[in-house]
Amino acid sequence: MSKRHLLAMFSSFDEAELVVQELRNTSIKGFDVNDDLVVKSPIEHPEVEEFLGEKPVYVQWFTLFGALMGGLLGFFLISGAQANFFEQLKGGKPIVPFPPNFVLTYEMFILGGVYISVLGFLICAGLPAKRSPLYSSSVSEDKIAILVKSEAGATSTLRAIFTKHQALEIQEEAGK
Amino acid sequence: MKDIREDIAWAKINRDVLVSLENPRKLYWVIVFGALSLFSVGLGCEIYQYQVGMGVANLNNPNVWGLYIATFIFWIGMSHSGTLLSAILHLMHADWRKPIYRFAEAMTTFSLMTAGLFVMVHIGRLWQFYYALPYPNDRGTWPNFQSPLLWDAMAIFTYLSSSVLFLYVGMIPDLAICRDNLHKGWRKKLYTLLALGWEGTDRQWRNFRVTYLTIACFLIPLAVSVHSIVASDFAMSQQPGWHVTSFPPYFVAGALYSGCAAIITLFIILRYVFRFEDYMTKSILKKTVRLTFAIAMVWTYLNAVEFAAVWYGHDMDAKAVLIQKATGPFAPFWWGMVFCGSVVPLMLAFKRFQTNIPVLFAVSLLLNLGMWLERWMIVAPTFSHGYYPWVWDNDQWPSLIQWGMVMGSFGWFTLLFMVFCKVFPSVSMYEVKEMVYHRSLHLKKNETAGQGAH
Repeated sequence: MSKRHLLAMFSSFDEAELVVQELRNTSIKGFDVNDDLVVKSPIEHPEVEEFLGEKPVYVQWFTLFGALMGGLLGFFLISGAQANFFEQLKGGKPIVPFPPNFVLTYEMFILGGVYISVLGFLICAGLPAKRSPLYSSSVSEDKIAILVKSEAGATSTLRAIFTKHQALEIQEEAGK
Repeated sequence: MKDIREDIAWAKINRDVLVSLENPRKLYWVIVFGALSLFSVGLGCEIYQYQVGMGVANLNNPNVWGLYIATFIFWIGMSHSGTLLSAILHLMHADWRKPIYRFAEAMTTFSLMTAGLFVMVHIGRLWQFYYALPYPNDRGTWPNFQSPLLWDAMAIFTYLSSSVLFLYVGMIPDLAICRDNLHKGWRKKLYTLLALGWEGTDRQWRNFRVTYLTIACFLIPLAVSVHSIVASDFAMSQQPGWHVTSFPPYFVAGALYSGCAAIITLFIILRYVFRFEDYMTKSILKKTVRLTFAIAMVWTYLNAVEFAAVWYGHDMDAKAVLIQKATGPFAPFWWGMVFCGSVVPLMLAFKRFQTNIPVLFAVSLLLNLGMWLERWMIVAPTFSHGYYPWVWDNDQWPSLIQWGMVMGSFGWFTLLFMVFCKVFPSVSMYEVKEMVYHRSLHLKKNETAGQGAH
């Protein structure tokens, strides 16, 4: 069955929260509130996470991987280069001196951590992305949008809920 | 006095900031023209030095670094407050940073880019700069990984690229606002490309929050390490006056100090030029001024510690350099540093000056002059008055080429900064909205609680 998208605009987070609560409490065939609902907002709002339910963030694993890889790469790159001097007399000093190498390892640890965190952010946030078929520029101004995906038969129920909660505007478009 | 009015409409925030991208006051163009002129002077000096050789800079033994490395340290220091303060205040949930952090982060980026130029300028043989890069090569040589100079290059690269990413990631939601609201043309294409299709979904915000926080956590130790390493360029040598244990914290404090002073200068300029009076408020300026005053006192204390350590340390050569700084040919500049760096900031302790814009503008310029003199007074006196009397040379004065390049660096920085502020939003729109939103919620809660009490 084909999926359809509906986008409803609201003027405040409170209104959006009430809509999400009602969608959660209403059983709609072909619509799962956890998978088929997206809230778009002009600011980061901690309460959005509360009423949507906690969802995992994996960026920190990218960070850990990047930092460790950066540090290891840095240390072995430097040590490998220093090992080239093996033939040279070092006057009793170590070929691979740990204290000075720690500085560059530390810098590479941070460099790797930052780079891979940003990569992780792009992957986890789904960026870069094509603009979705339903989008209103008022989201970047002051409106809160709720985007839902459902089977064609469920759109009238969803539209009724949005209308009941005084949606400022409802857009509808056939999904993929 | 409020940091920001709670009743500013979100749409107005968008409008005010977007107008700044298209319609600044005339002073903007005057500043750009001035900056371009200064930059042209610096560029001309560099071309001349490149063609003729380092002799025209009047750099010779023992004064081999001159103004170039002094100005390099100045710009590295200037870079510190932007990203570092933005990251620290972000972690501390100090929301008054929100209207000013964007330009402060941009300041960091452009200061680092300016500092990097001096590394190349001072080596003279620009075309052999690649010798410093660590890569397997036919020469069979590697840079010395145990040298603070190489650490410095690596630290600056890490700081620059991380700061650019921090600035960019924090700007993505605002770039989407620009994309949605500006008319067609090259700007629209640029913002569409850079916004990466951001739509403000809950998934995007969730990951954005964690990423921004993570980078902020990385940047704090990174920023401290960068200036500690710059200090190591000096402190790990055996030169009199440089081999001082307290140099790294002294350098970090000096960096924060000059950065804060620069933030005040730029705050005042942007507030006027882009009509940001509603966002860059006097209350926020007051907080920045108080922070600057606190850091100025830390810097003064560390200066005193350094002088005392040298004075009581019985290292006669280091003591001779200190005496020479205070009484020799560099004395006017050294005392100028003390006056501008330690005496002038005392004005910031008085409430009536903390929001007086003309006074603060003048004071911030003097503080930065003091901080530039500080860097010069670290570099030049030690070189001119080293261990061996037969290499003392107090008469070598920087040539006009060096001065021209120093002026050029100010032009280059100002040009980059002003172009950035005209192309990208210098006030973070979404964060100012958050600030207004949370403060209005807080106000409502207080009002409700007040009514309940009655």
